[in-house]
Amino acid sequence: MTVLRAGTGDIPRPVPGPLSRPWWDGCAEGVLRFQRCEDCGAATHTPALLCASCASRRLTWTDSSGRGEIYSWTCVWRPVTPSMKVPYVPLIVTMEEGWWMLANLVGCAHDEVAIGLPVEVEFHRFDDGFVLPYFHLT
Amino acid sequence: MPHPFRDVAVVGIHNTQQAKVLEGHDSQSIALEASLGAIDDAGLSPRDIDGVVGGLASNFLYQSRIGPAWRSMSPLGIPAVLEGAMAIACGLATTVLVATGEAGSYREHSRTAPWTRPTHEFVASYGMFTAAEFALMARRHMHMYGTTAEQMAHVAAVIRNNGSAHPGAVYSGRGPFTAADILDSRMIADPFHLLDCAMTSEGATALVLSRADRADDLAHRPVYLLGGGTDHLGPSYQHPPAWDLGGVRRPDLIGGHVGRRAAEEAFATAGLGPSDVDVCEFYDPFSFEIIRQFEAFGFCAEGEGGAYVTSGAIEPDGATPVTTDGGTMSFSHGGAAVQLIQRVVCGVEQLRGTCASMQVPGAEVAMCTGGGSGALFTDVLLLGTERP
Repeated sequence: MTVLRAGTGDIPRPVPGPLSRPWWDGCAEGVLRFQRCEDCGAATHTPALLCASCASRRLTWTDSSGRGEIYSWTCVWRPVTPSMKVPYVPLIVTMEEGWWMLANLVGCAHDEVAIGLPVEVEFHRFDDGFVLPYFHLT
Repeated sequence: MPHPFRDVAVVGIHNTQQAKVLEGHDSQSIALEASLGAIDDAGLSPRDIDGVVGGLASNFLYQSRIGPAWRSMSPLGIPAVLEGAMAIACGLATTVLVATGEAGSYREHSRTAPWTRPTHEFVASYGMFTAAEFALMARRHMHMYGTTAEQMAHVAAVIRNNGSAHPGAVYSGRGPFTAADILDSRMIADPFHLLDCAMTSEGATALVLSRADRADDLAHRPVYLLGGGTDHLGPSYQHPPAWDLGGVRRPDLIGGHVGRRAAEEAFATAGLGPSDVDVCEFYDPFSFEIIRQFEAFGFCAEGEGGAYVTSGAIEPDGATPVTTDGGTMSFSHGGAAVQLIQRVVCGVEQLRGTCASMQVPGAEVAMCTGGGSGALFTDVLLLGTERP
């Protein structure tokens, strides 16, 4: 059994663009945010100019509950680069508001993961101030 | 209305040596070797070429001084072949070289290959690479339909055994494998074991397309494009690769079925259906992808791909032999694009009757594919021996 942990300091850093800046600012504040369409109400992620459901441009950044359930997962044993410590578990989470996000699972044994389990976001702050969202089982 | 590709034929093909490392080569030099090989195979000379597809083919254009000529920068697989064919069909060129190669760009293996590693802000920090992206699709399918690692392993064993019998494969003679051998290899990205995954290697490949009315005088029996299509959902390796990712125009065409629309279009153009396909040169970046494609293209019902591939259908003597040169698992995986073109090259070999490993007797229709659901795209090309 190996307990899954957040990445170490030398994992690649994201390079936010103009569309995604509110997302990363939210992470730094400890809040997971997504875009909600003011016209049809649909949730959109990853950050976009258009609603994925109705193509409206009236998207508003909205706080997520941070809760969801595991949609799919994999457990990686051959790291993409030496900066990733194995095993690690990439997963897709279906968030309560109806959007998908990709992240890593932490805080449990690698063989505890399963589709359908409830998860909640947690934020890991690296030494350089970079904050990355992860999920743990609830 | 006449068939859109009636006036186009594939007349030349060439694979260079494929190897883990091609000493003394870089991508440009090995792609030039492939270009000259394909032109020679067609019975043509460089000055017969008046169109090229791909950045490395463009280098050939300069070195041979055959310009000014038509050029496309389309770099990847079947779209490159379709674009060359369209140029001929539209009268923009008469004889088009499609060539690509890779050597020297991945020889330090502490990291996965550069073309497998996305830098996008929503995946890079989570250690994503192609195997993990495709595993997220496969895992969902296992959950929904009970597809098993053993079924996937059977696919890998069949394809690897095809390549083992191919004298030009990187893993020539590396076999036979059983599904148990695949499952015994170390885990890479659950459910994929090492032998469920494509290899990395070096090599180049090229093909020459010609106006069909000139093809009959050339060295080989021409092979024709019966139909084609490309299905793309967006950029690869940036957004969550969800099986149920749906579009607004055809909500039934979800991420897990990408390629279905392309196959429908290709079959409609050809006037054919899955039962007419003699050989399936399906792209095989991971074993599960073969299961997914048989479902997406309508060879079997949704959820039945696992049972289909273990029914005897995909072996060389089955109804739909798959990836007969060993594909990316055993023949070669030369980089970002080489192995995608090689599915088409192998399809042409099958229709010429010259596949060096698992020739399907009397093959008349080949279905070649590229891409994959973890990458959110699938391209389809139907080749045939009869001029459409």
